[in-house]
Amino acid sequence: MTSPLLSLEAVSVELPTPRGMLRAVDKVDLNLMPGRTLGIVGESGCGKTMLSRAILQLLPKRAQLSGRVTFDGRDLATLSAEVLRRLRGPELAVVFQDPMTSLNPVLTIGTQLVETLQAHLGMGGATAIRRSVELLAAVGIPAPEQRLRQYPHQLSGGMRQRVAIAIALSCEPKLLVADEPTTALDVTVQAQILDLLAREQKRRHMSMILITHDLGVVAGRTDEVAVMYAGRVVERAPTSRLFGHMRMPYTEALLAAIPKLESPPHTPLPAIAGRPPDPTRPLPGCSFAPRCRYADEQCRQAKPPLVDPDRCGGLYACWHPLAPQAAAMGI
Amino acid sequence: MMPDSAAMPVAPLLSVERLTVEYPVAGRILSAVSDVSLSVGRGETLGLVGESGCGKSTLGRAVLQLRRPTAGKVMFDGTELTALGGEALRLMRRRLQLIFQDPIASLNPRRPIGDIVAEPLIIIGITDRAERERRVRDVLTAVGLDPDLVWRRLPHEFSGGQCQRVCIARALILEPELVICDEPVSALDVSIRAQILNLLEEMKRRYGLTLLFIAHDLAVVKAVSDRIAVMYLGRLCEIGPTEQVFGSPAHPYTALLLEAIPLPDPTIVPATNVAVGEPPSPLDPPSGCRFRTRCPRADALCAEKIPILRPTADGQLVACHHPLTEG
Repeated sequence: MTSPLLSLEAVSVELPTPRGMLRAVDKVDLNLMPGRTLGIVGESGCGKTMLSRAILQLLPKRAQLSGRVTFDGRDLATLSAEVLRRLRGPELAVVFQDPMTSLNPVLTIGTQLVETLQAHLGMGGATAIRRSVELLAAVGIPAPEQRLRQYPHQLSGGMRQRVAIAIALSCEPKLLVADEPTTALDVTVQAQILDLLAREQKRRHMSMILITHDLGVVAGRTDEVAVMYAGRVVERAPTSRLFGHMRMPYTEALLAAIPKLESPPHTPLPAIAGRPPDPTRPLPGCSFAPRCRYADEQCRQAKPPLVDPDRCGGLYACWHPLAPQAAAMGI
Repeated sequence: MMPDSAAMPVAPLLSVERLTVEYPVAGRILSAVSDVSLSVGRGETLGLVGESGCGKSTLGRAVLQLRRPTAGKVMFDGTELTALGGEALRLMRRRLQLIFQDPIASLNPRRPIGDIVAEPLIIIGITDRAERERRVRDVLTAVGLDPDLVWRRLPHEFSGGQCQRVCIARALILEPELVICDEPVSALDVSIRAQILNLLEEMKRRYGLTLLFIAHDLAVVKAVSDRIAVMYLGRLCEIGPTEQVFGSPAHPYTALLLEAIPLPDPTIVPATNVAVGEPPSPLDPPSGCRFRTRCPRADALCAEKIPILRPTADGQLVACHHPLTEG
């Protein structure tokens, strides 16, 4: 069996705030095999973005990271800034939510692509330009030669995101982290960008982490899904298993709260009452307990561990998991 | 006026007739809304969908005369809003309210919630403090906030979902007849979004509201709307009863929007390469049908002639030379 490309062991991220320490990520364990796609799903403030920053070693300066992030056999926290800089690009790459802020507004698209290729791969000017044109064509940008001379503001949001993806892919990374890559885009453009990411991931046999708040985005396009709530992974399973046999009540509630296209108009939505707990005031028990209809005293007192008691590849952190049959009927 | 679909049985509270809204942009004219006609029956929810830049928000603002239309009429309960100005328009606006996308940005950060919600009452001249307080308490309770807890607190002390509840309370305090909701849940998380959508439905029943619900998320629009209108680059593509439009879309653009929705079900393989390209610039829209540059059914006729809105056999109206309902 091959070893994982990325592995996280008890990774926590804490941020100092005026109200006290905020635990954004709370002891997360994850493995990602080469060539696989992992979806990380959660609502705002659940820690999914901080977790991705921990993987990329791009945490804010004040943040305190504990635990271990191992990438391709190396403990990332022990690497120097220079080694990390050389790692980003050819090994680790990222696509952010807002392409307008991740691209440099005063440099042309061409300069940004060519610069990346020269810095990381040591290409000569002419080769780098030729490669840039190929890359832009590969991500579906029409008339790539002309686009090279344009600035980010001259492109639409979807085109800018394609450029950001071209830059991320330019050095053939082993792992691509896509953090809400389509949240700022229209639905038809979103579908095209997700297709593009899936196609390139397969073609390059690259590993990918797709971070999103939308269960619909991960459903058809990931091998495995991790659901986060209040800094922790509360359920993790192969994608079809997660949707078919979800065990954690939060996952069920999150899916139920999405309006369904097949429901007739004016169908009341099963909303989740309340809101997530204050991350500076961690609860002793399960973080979802105050909003969970199955919660009892045990849930309020002790944190359930993320386990796989059925040994079927689906992990969940819950004292009172949904019965497998009931969950299967719920879809 | 355009013949409206048979599915709108009640007299329209709002009707928009051949509305055009243009903006000057860098010496050119941007036509944000072009020749759009639609109506909303009393007590009905009309969902208005389309991608960013399609003119749906501009249309909502033009209804309220926040942006004066270049041409066309807006009729509200028999009064032509487009012909009103000054005090007459100001008085009329009490009956129409607006809820915006970003709930935190739409509240004054330095004013307590109680004052924010009471402000419209002061504006209409209710001087009795006790009366104002009673009405604010009523409406805050109705939107699910505890008046005693929120009264003196500032917007930043609340989450996005709670701020949207405050915005809804402020919109409802004058007991309006029509509320225009412009992407009211787009900035909210899934679990909070469901709470707010349920609240809007409940408020609609309780206050007998008519809603114009503008959003880009088709599943969200479907959840609340009786009828759906689809816009593309400033023009109306299709309008009809919700189930009809979703069940058998007549306009190729509606079909494309529906196919592009990511469904939370891994057994459905996402359709690939259905959504070709992106909308062209509204400063330079294609001739004829504006959707033709992305449409799989487009031909020479589509480049030549602007399709007019006409009824289909199934009861929706469609602006297309080759609608999907005709094979």
